Amino acid sequence: MLICIELSRNSMKWLHHSVCWGIIFPFAGRFTNLSFFEAQFSQIGTLSQKTEEGQCSGKGRFKVSEKEICKALSEGKKSYDERVAKGLGKQPEMMETFTTVGGIPLERLYTPLDLEEMDYCRDIGFPGDYPYTRGVQPTMFRGRFWTMRQYAGFATAAESNARYRYLLENGQTGLSVAFDLPTQIGYDSDHPMAKGEVGKVGVAIDSLADMETLFGGIPLGKVSTSLTINAPAAVLLAMYIAVGEKQGVKAADLSGTIQNDILKEYIARGTYIFPPKPSMRLITDIFGFCSGNVPKWNTISISGYHIREAGSTAAQEVAFTLADGLAYVQAAVDAGLDPDVFGQRLSFFFNAHNDFLEEVAKFRAARRLWARLMKDRMGVTEPKAMMLRFHTQTAGSTLTAQQPENNIVRVAIQALASVMGGTQSLHTNSFDEALALPSEKSVGIALKTQQIIAHESGATCTVDPLAGSYAVESLTNEIERQALEYIDKIDKMGGMLVAIEKGYPQQQIQDAAYQFQKAVESGDRVVVGVNKFHVDEPGGGRDLLRVDPSVGANQEKALDAMKRSRDNVLIRNRLDAVRAAAKNGSVNLMPVIIDAVRLYATEGEICGVLREEFGEYRENIVL
Amino acid sequence: MSERRIRVIVAKPGLDGHDRGAKVVARALRDAGMEVIYTGLRQTPESIVETAIQEDADAIGISILSGAHEHYFKEIIGLLKSKNAGDIIVFGGGVIPEGDIPKLVGMGAGAIFGPGTSTKDCVEWIRKAVGEKRSKE
Repeated sequence: MLICIELSRNSMKWLHHSVCWGIIFPFAGRFTNLSFFEAQFSQIGTLSQKTEEGQCSGKGRFKVSEKEICKALSEGKKSYDERVAKGLGKQPEMMETFTTVGGIPLERLYTPLDLEEMDYCRDIGFPGDYPYTRGVQPTMFRGRFWTMRQYAGFATAAESNARYRYLLENGQTGLSVAFDLPTQIGYDSDHPMAKGEVGKVGVAIDSLADMETLFGGIPLGKVSTSLTINAPAAVLLAMYIAVGEKQGVKAADLSGTIQNDILKEYIARGTYIFPPKPSMRLITDIFGFCSGNVPKWNTISISGYHIREAGSTAAQEVAFTLADGLAYVQAAVDAGLDPDVFGQRLSFFFNAHNDFLEEVAKFRAARRLWARLMKDRMGVTEPKAMMLRFHTQTAGSTLTAQQPENNIVRVAIQALASVMGGTQSLHTNSFDEALALPSEKSVGIALKTQQIIAHESGATCTVDPLAGSYAVESLTNEIERQALEYIDKIDKMGGMLVAIEKGYPQQQIQDAAYQFQKAVESGDRVVVGVNKFHVDEPGGGRDLLRVDPSVGANQEKALDAMKRSRDNVLIRNRLDAVRAAAKNGSVNLMPVIIDAVRLYATEGEICGVLREEFGEYRENIVL
Repeated sequence: MSERRIRVIVAKPGLDGHDRGAKVVARALRDAGMEVIYTGLRQTPESIVETAIQEDADAIGISILSGAHEHYFKEIIGLLKSKNAGDIIVFGGGVIPEGDIPKLVGMGAGAIFGPGTSTKDCVEWIRKAVGEKRSKE
């Protein structure tokens, strides 16, 4: 059934001025089986009246049958292919096969024939509507830009606080805290394993005292803050809540995100502490606690970012991230929580890589697939619990140490892809990150890149503007298909926890990383300035950020002084309460942890107790 | 008599979890015919040096992306020397500012391979360095 046959001449005229599916499709409800394919043809039929006679055979402009158009298109495509084939002898293409960065084979040309199976209403729909392919909000960036959120933190809380204020003064709209490795792994700055690492990749936080300094002069009721913390997420969230209390901000008014995604730590990022089972309990305790007490908080950021950085393809990034997501949802359901409630506070975190169209398709595919999984597999009925809302960071692994200024351009392309993919917040990398932590100047350029996209590019004025591109829709379908194949495979293994134990996602990622490296070394993949277009540069002398080597010693001194000034008997009581709660699986750990941090129990002390009770995870080395 | 295969320890000292580079290098060295022992994450300098001595390794490759390179190169090279294993070649890679490389070389690191290095360059360098080391034995 073709819609143009049933439309009046007036409405057809109206369509001419609005060659846009969003307008064609309000009629779709009348044709329950309206396929994407038919929609495409009706569009062509419509256009044929506007343009020269003879297009699409010109047979009865409003009464062409589907079969006839289909035939015309197939014949047109065939003739194009034949012409190209003839020409290739004289002018061959640069490669025999073209693939995306993620290895998806690319056709020379995409046409409506590639979308034959697609149904607009079922597969694409409208922004803000299931399956959210076109975005989670009805008006997207016409209503509000994404949150510009630069991940930052280094050295001491005081220095990081200064960087946050600089970013806020420059128009940043949310904070994102990077913690140093000892903090991420639950060690205080004076622990032997912390030697050499304090303050290096993020800020050192030992106790509430550091957290108070970190957010000094920043009203927690007005900013939203993302905390990149996983294994000890409960402790850092507790500290954030306690800082809020001290500022007079109720927990219910705090907004932000904790990463809290342990599965990708086992798979790709490496900052785990506890074994999977107690780790999953900590996560579901946070879900449960926040549902009642911190309702505006995103309780997890299920992260594909690090999976991609470790070398996965785009489809694997979607697959393993959503498979992790399903594992969390299942764990929380098993713990008695309602997915229609906690499902609304799940958020995601993806990478934005170089392959522009593949990345746009990836974000769209992820949104659609998550909505379908939540609805069909998890039985969720609340629309908000089906929406995949996500943060994006541009791909650190694509940044080159050679000709680092070129990275500004890479970041701009990646950032634009994430915007065209409908991101909710974005971190743009700084051009010097293959060399060191970013300097203030390079962070400034990265933030300005987002502002230029938002205010100058015009890309934000139309919702999901690349929808309907035959190429983008085809890639969206293919990424969803591949991702679902992986998810089904993981299901058959017994779920993501079993798959991780077997080293399955790790192996897949490593294989992809190695393939990519080989492709770069053979020259099949060009990296400008590295394996092609190399220029000799004067070495050194760059304005890089250096963390003061005395940070570790100073942090240890401050920690020691803090420990001597607090009530240590009370601290022991509170730590005993944490231990008792850890032993009892039916108790939520959050309230006792909050009690302990309020009195300045350190992160290392609390995690130390939990290490004793829960044990520690040992890596399953896959090579 | 055929020469003994080159044996390399690929190590991740400290708390840094970025292991993509270490694993890609480990596989490339293995594909180039070397024997490779990858330590896994969170190794202390002591355990790395212990493994290298026990395994009679020719070289240790250290991967660090956390900025703690000065600390770990110093510790590992110092421990090797104190255990009379100073002949074991130490090289490394990761996110290491160019300006820091002379310092690491001064401590005794043979080479630092930054981002964008071809694994072939890495393999060739190790072959040459191990060849020189063995010719002195």
